[in-house]
Amino acid sequence: MPKHRLTAFFLSFFAAVLLVAPAYAAMLNLHNGGDPASLDPHKISGDWENRIVGDIFEGLTTEDVGANPIAGQAESWTISDDGTVYTFKLRDNANWSDGQPVTAGDFVFAFQRIMDPATAASYAYLQYPIKNAEAINSGKITDFGELGVKALDDKTLEITLEQPTPFFLGALTHYTAYPIPKHVVEAKGDDWIKMENIVVNGPYKPVEWIPGAHVTTAKNDQYYDFASLKIDGVKFFVLEDQSAALKRYRAGEFDILTAFPKDQYQWLEENHPGEARVVPFAGLYYYVFNHRKPPFDDARVRKALSMAINREVIGPQILGTGELPAYSWVPPGMANSGESSEVDWAEMPYPEKVEMAKTLIAEAGYGKDNPLKVTLRYNTSDNHKRVAVAVAAMWKALGVEAKLYNSELKVHYAEIRKGEFDVARAGWLADYNDPVNFLDLLKGSTSNNYGAYSSPEFDKVMDQASLETDLESRAKLLTQAEEIAMDDNAAAPIYFYLSENVVSPKIKGFEDNAFDIHRTRWLTKEE
Amino acid sequence: MLGSEKRDALVDALEPDHGDGFAPKGRSLTEDAMRRFRRNKAALVSVYVLGALILVSLIGPFFIPFGYEDPDWAAFRLPPDFASGHYFGTDQNGRDMLARTLYGTRVSLMVALVATLVSIVIGVTYGSIAGYLGGRTDAIMMRFVDIMYALPYILFVILLMVIFGRNVILLFIGIGAVEWLTMARIVRGQTLSLREREFIEAARAAGLKPFQIIRRHIAPNLVGPVVIFATLTVPEIIVTESFLSYLGFGVQEPLTSLGTLIAEGADVMEVMPWLLGFPAGFLITMLLTLAFIGDGLRDAFDPKDV
Amino acid sequence: MLGFALRRLLSTIPVLWIALTLCFFILRLAPGGPFDEERQLPERILANLRAHYNLDKPLLVQYWDYLTGVLMGDLGPSYITDDFTVVDLISIGLPYTFILGGCAFALAILVGIFAGVIGALNQNTSSDYGIALVVMIGLIVPNFLLAPILQLVFGVSLGWLPVGGWGEGKLSHLVLPVIILALPHVARISRLMRGSMIEVLGANYIRTARAKGIGARLMITRHAIKPALLPVVSYLGPAAGYLLTGSLVVESIFGLPGIGQYFINAALNRDYGMVLGTVIFYMVLIILLNLVVDLVYALLDPKVRAR
Repeated sequence: MPKHRLTAFFLSFFAAVLLVAPAYAAMLNLHNGGDPASLDPHKISGDWENRIVGDIFEGLTTEDVGANPIAGQAESWTISDDGTVYTFKLRDNANWSDGQPVTAGDFVFAFQRIMDPATAASYAYLQYPIKNAEAINSGKITDFGELGVKALDDKTLEITLEQPTPFFLGALTHYTAYPIPKHVVEAKGDDWIKMENIVVNGPYKPVEWIPGAHVTTAKNDQYYDFASLKIDGVKFFVLEDQSAALKRYRAGEFDILTAFPKDQYQWLEENHPGEARVVPFAGLYYYVFNHRKPPFDDARVRKALSMAINREVIGPQILGTGELPAYSWVPPGMANSGESSEVDWAEMPYPEKVEMAKTLIAEAGYGKDNPLKVTLRYNTSDNHKRVAVAVAAMWKALGVEAKLYNSELKVHYAEIRKGEFDVARAGWLADYNDPVNFLDLLKGSTSNNYGAYSSPEFDKVMDQASLETDLESRAKLLTQAEEIAMDDNAAAPIYFYLSENVVSPKIKGFEDNAFDIHRTRWLTKEE
Repeated sequence: MLGSEKRDALVDALEPDHGDGFAPKGRSLTEDAMRRFRRNKAALVSVYVLGALILVSLIGPFFIPFGYEDPDWAAFRLPPDFASGHYFGTDQNGRDMLARTLYGTRVSLMVALVATLVSIVIGVTYGSIAGYLGGRTDAIMMRFVDIMYALPYILFVILLMVIFGRNVILLFIGIGAVEWLTMARIVRGQTLSLREREFIEAARAAGLKPFQIIRRHIAPNLVGPVVIFATLTVPEIIVTESFLSYLGFGVQEPLTSLGTLIAEGADVMEVMPWLLGFPAGFLITMLLTLAFIGDGLRDAFDPKDV
Repeated sequence: MLGFALRRLLSTIPVLWIALTLCFFILRLAPGGPFDEERQLPERILANLRAHYNLDKPLLVQYWDYLTGVLMGDLGPSYITDDFTVVDLISIGLPYTFILGGCAFALAILVGIFAGVIGALNQNTSSDYGIALVVMIGLIVPNFLLAPILQLVFGVSLGWLPVGGWGEGKLSHLVLPVIILALPHVARISRLMRGSMIEVLGANYIRTARAKGIGARLMITRHAIKPALLPVVSYLGPAAGYLLTGSLVVESIFGLPGIGQYFINAALNRDYGMVLGTVIFYMVLIILLNLVVDLVYALLDPKVRAR
């Protein structure tokens, strides 16, 4: 055990007790849920990490208060007529927190680093629209110079894409597209991310990280828009227990909660009206059927099970926050999408659905003497448990015997990927604003197609859509693909997620949006 | 052997007084103890209350029109209500809380009983062998127990539950395996003193083998301390189980236990107090009565204190 | 005494080794690995990750590497919290766990002994029963139930104390977690103390002292408390262990950093390195604490000291 660390800790501990802690004029206390895995944008994957890392780094474009892409480190850009070459002009006053200028070389370095198989960045695929990115990331091309990201000069960057990608400017706001300080990484190696070395280019810079407690940031005086930052720093608190978090919010210890116990929604509405911000969120909660395994390869069984789920009860009653029932695959309001295509039985009254489901189950050869037995898997969580208990009871009405099985997230996904399930809970939150992000979950060969749904017809339409440059016809093709999958009842969509923030009236400038991204630079705090 | 000696001090309180080595041991001592126990009002009342609780949890479900896992689609989050027959209200899934509380009580009791049984079987076997054989074997066996005391068991139980899924059997075994150490110590101490008694000498002279002696003559004489220890262990196990449930390592739905119910109820204590109040009431009553019974038994078997 | 301590320590090494080995292999056999996520990683990236964390070698080689690492004081990387090694994390969490546990330990001993002595001196009076009842409630109300209640009352409603967090170590932040952590042990210690105090008070030498007319108060402190402490001292070893594990819940409810919270997160996230590291750390700590308790016991107990 390194002794100096301990000594240092005790010294700082007593110093903190004795001295009055530096009083921040406007410190934002944010309940952030889990502990970040890293501050390195190439090593993270969760929304709680995004909240921190997105405050301390900034890409070519960045999110405005409504999570729409706006100019970030790039002040302007041009797009070639065929939509495949983007040329960005970096801001002259875009600097790293150590005063060094942010250069096009830093971006090239970052894009090469994230695609380098040795970095093992789990989210690299998000930038696969860039030319040769996928090939480099999978090791087919070993010369990083072939990546479609080039520095024309210190402040000019050119990115070439594989094919026109309507959502690319949005994808550039994502943390997979953040620059990395080349000069620091080259000097310090893997240790560049340590608190004493880290150099950032976002509006805030990290100053303290105590795992299991909090990450603290402070204003970055090198940031180009430093003058307009109203919040002096953020404390991102780690606390998984949501009801404890709500108590701390009520005691004034937190200004923003990023989640709250659903059961307290009504109570919050009555006692803190307007503070709970519950709005539709680009995410889908669904049950996967295992197509590898009979009888779930039988469309009638899938349809019956899906029909019997009374979605209208789940949001308002079982969960209590009123999640919107999902009868289609793509959440409403996604960009570049056409009409949403719901399953054809969506509007049927529930008793009729049950009757029809019973008939379908009987047709598939199950009945009183030969009941269908289903194991329903979910990952450990109070909400998933409640939905599963309710669905099991709904299926009971069809004579289906459902057994519940829960396990931790890691085990859950490892096993459903191996195909060790009948029906399993899954969820997807949008990475970027495009229906493809959701429809890819059902594509034959992708690893997130947990149920191994395979429909050549669906795959064909999806491939056509990916080559289509006209946005309108592309949207039509995507709708068609969604229809195919829904007609097949490939999986059972259950509800669309809600983002559930609780925002203190002291905080201004918090604008609800479908991606639940709220950068600190847009917020102010009144005392 | 400092290590074992110091723990004997802990165990001392459980050991019957052997000052009168010639007093006939057996029924009359137990009868005396029972007489003393019956004079202890708190303990006696506790026996009745606990008995009633167990009885209700066993036969109650037959008189309730709701199952512990079936939602009442007409009644979600219903406060206790006589009109609808949900006397304890319903939970967020519309399940009757009375049925769930009774069911949870059953599961908690079962976990406690089975785990206690596991600890008794291992502890008595181990302790009586060590005590009877004595000497070097005893020294090594008890040294092992000493070392095992130093392991953070709860971590191992958590690991077991994480790794092999939420298996009730494993929960029994895991918790039972934690508790056997103290049992082994107590039993060994008892056996050591019994070993020197005349009736054991006689049995040995009659040519009985060591294991026969342990089974026929030593084990029956351990009943008192084992029972006392068991009453002290049961609440400990119930608390351990609820602790694991809180951390999310409890039994699988739709099974439930008092610990799971309380952990869920604690989150909503302001908005749905009935989800917490009833299971917590059951658990606390159960633990209180067990504590009084344990104290009563100890006082009864160990007249020094009175 | 030193020889005894050494022998004691040496004899625990095989147990440590066996526990470590068992944990190591059981963890590897468990379903789910540290890199299983909602979003599947490409095989190529998984291979890189495995190579990075030394998980691609044969299991026995990994085991050997790990064992030699442990002997050198290197517990390896944390697979989940990427920016820290296991040793980093433990040394960050240790002071918090120690301050929390140490305060709770001190509180439990002081209050427990005090309550036990009062109870014994007023045996079978209403104050004895009163103490017993209060203490009993502390023992049987689960901490995850008591904690939110106290948070609501003292933090939210009355606003006297912070609801959670470390708050730069301000005393007010420690009050609730320390009380919650100490309560069950106050109960156990006071019961042990009461029992052994009653016994000592009934012993011949105390009767003699009383007959000689030594003032009651002086008599209690000088003659009775010290011998009556023995069973309490012997409970302290296990108590220290319980305090460490008890902090699992307290840390997560109050949002405190600390090894207990790290362990739970590591176990849930299949962070092999961190789980093994914390288990080893806990074992060594508990063994050391037990040793200290044994030595204290030997100092207090004339029978043992004479040998």
